[in-house]
Amino acid sequence: MDWTIIQQSLPNFVQGFKLTLWLSLVGIVGSIIVGIITSLVQYFRVPVLKQILNVYVEVARNTPLLIQLFFLYYAFPVMGIKMTAETCGIIGLIFLGGAYMAEGFTGGFNGVSQNQLDAGEALGMNQFQLARYVVLPQGLSLSVPALAANIIFLIKETSIFSVIAIPELTNTALDLIGMYYRSNEYLFVLVVAYAIILIPVILLLDWLERRVRYGAFGN
Amino acid sequence: MAHSGISVLFEGTNFARLMGGLWTSVWIALVSLAIGLLLGTLFGLLRTLRSRLIRFVLLLYLEFFRIVPTVVLLFLVYYILPRQFNINMPATWMAVLAFSLWVAAEFSDIVRGALESVPKHQRESGQALGLNQWQLFRYVLLPQAIQLELPATINLATRVIKTTSLLLMISVMDVINVGQQIIEANNQTHPTGIFWVYGLIFILYFIVDYPLSLWAKHLTAKQKD
Repeated sequence: MDWTIIQQSLPNFVQGFKLTLWLSLVGIVGSIIVGIITSLVQYFRVPVLKQILNVYVEVARNTPLLIQLFFLYYAFPVMGIKMTAETCGIIGLIFLGGAYMAEGFTGGFNGVSQNQLDAGEALGMNQFQLARYVVLPQGLSLSVPALAANIIFLIKETSIFSVIAIPELTNTALDLIGMYYRSNEYLFVLVVAYAIILIPVILLLDWLERRVRYGAFGN
Repeated sequence: MAHSGISVLFEGTNFARLMGGLWTSVWIALVSLAIGLLLGTLFGLLRTLRSRLIRFVLLLYLEFFRIVPTVVLLFLVYYILPRQFNINMPATWMAVLAFSLWVAAEFSDIVRGALESVPKHQRESGQALGLNQWQLFRYVLLPQAIQLELPATINLATRVIKTTSLLLMISVMDVINVGQQIIEANNQTHPTGIFWVYGLIFILYFIVDYPLSLWAKHLTAKQKD
C-alpha cells in the first residue's frame, strides 16, 4: 500500500464521489416520486393505468440494471434516440428504482388496517380525502423499512454506471487501475469512499425507522 | 448489404451460443446460491448464539457486504487474489467465490430473523423434552425457520440471477458477453442487430426471474392468511 499513490489519486476520486452522490440523489428522488404515483394508482385500482404499471413493475424488477442501461445507451440510438450516458444512467436508475419503491409503498399502503379505512368512510371522507389523511400518513410510515433498503440498494446500483463510462466512483477506480496498474490502492480508496457515503445513510435511515414506528398503530 | 436485424439471432450458431452464455450465468448463480445458503445458514445460527465476539465478527462481515457494491466485490476478488495471494483461478470461480460470500452475508440475516421469530414456546417445549442445543436447531428451529424464510430466499435468488449480468466486467463468457461478440461480428451486415440481441437478453433474464418472483409473492400472500 503506497500512500503517495492514494494522495495523488484523491482529486479524481473526489470528482467521482460528487458524481456518485449527485446521481444517487436524483435517482432516489425520482424513484420515490415514480414509486408513490405507481403504488397509488395500484392501490386505488385506476383502470387501464393500473395494468400498464403492473407490467412496468414486473419488467423493471425482473431484469438487471446493466442490461436496461445497455438497451438505453447502445440500442436506443439505433432507433434514433440518442442520450448522454448520464441521462441514460438516471433514466435507468429511476426505471429500476421506481418499481422497487412502488413495491415498498404498496406493502405499506396494504398494511393500513381496514378499521382505519372504515372509520374514515364513516366520517364521510371521499376517495381523495381517504388517500390524503388516512392511507398516505400511515402507509408511508409503514413503508419506511422498505424505503430504507431501497435507498441503500440504489446508491450501490450506481456502481453499475461504470459500464456506460459515466465517471462515478467505480469507473474512476477502474480507469486509474487501467492507467497505473495499482489495484490495491485504488480499490482501497473505492471501498472507503462507499463506506463514507453509506455508513451515515444507514445510520440516518435506522434512526428514521425508529422515529416512525407509530405507523403500526391499530394493527 | 443491411438485413433486417432480427435474423442476426438465428444466423449460424448465434442462438445456441447465447443459450450457452445464459447457462454459464445460471450455473454460476446456482453454485453460488448452493454454497452461499449453506454458509449463510451456519452464520445465521452462530449469530443467535450468546457469544459477543462471534456476533460482533459476523456483524462486521455483514456490514461490509451491505456497504460494498457487488461490482466492487467482483473487482476485489479479481485483482487482489492473484496479486496479493498468488491464487490464480478461472474468472468463473472468482465470480462464484465473490457471489457465495455475498449470498452468505445476506442469507445469514434472513436466517437470524427467521430463527428469532420462531415462537419461544417451541424452543421451551424442545428443552422440556430434553433436546440438546444441536437437536433443538435440527428438529425444532430449522424446520420452522425454513418455512418462514422461503419467500425472502427466493427473492435473494432472483437478485443473484440478476447480478450475474455483472460477470462480463471480469470477462466471464456470460450471456451479455456472448451477445456483445455477436453484435460486433455482425455490425456490418446487421446494423440494427444490437437492438435485437440486447432485446433478447432482456427477455431471457425476465423469463428466468419472473416465475421465481411470482412464486415468492404467492408464498408471502399465503403466509399472511
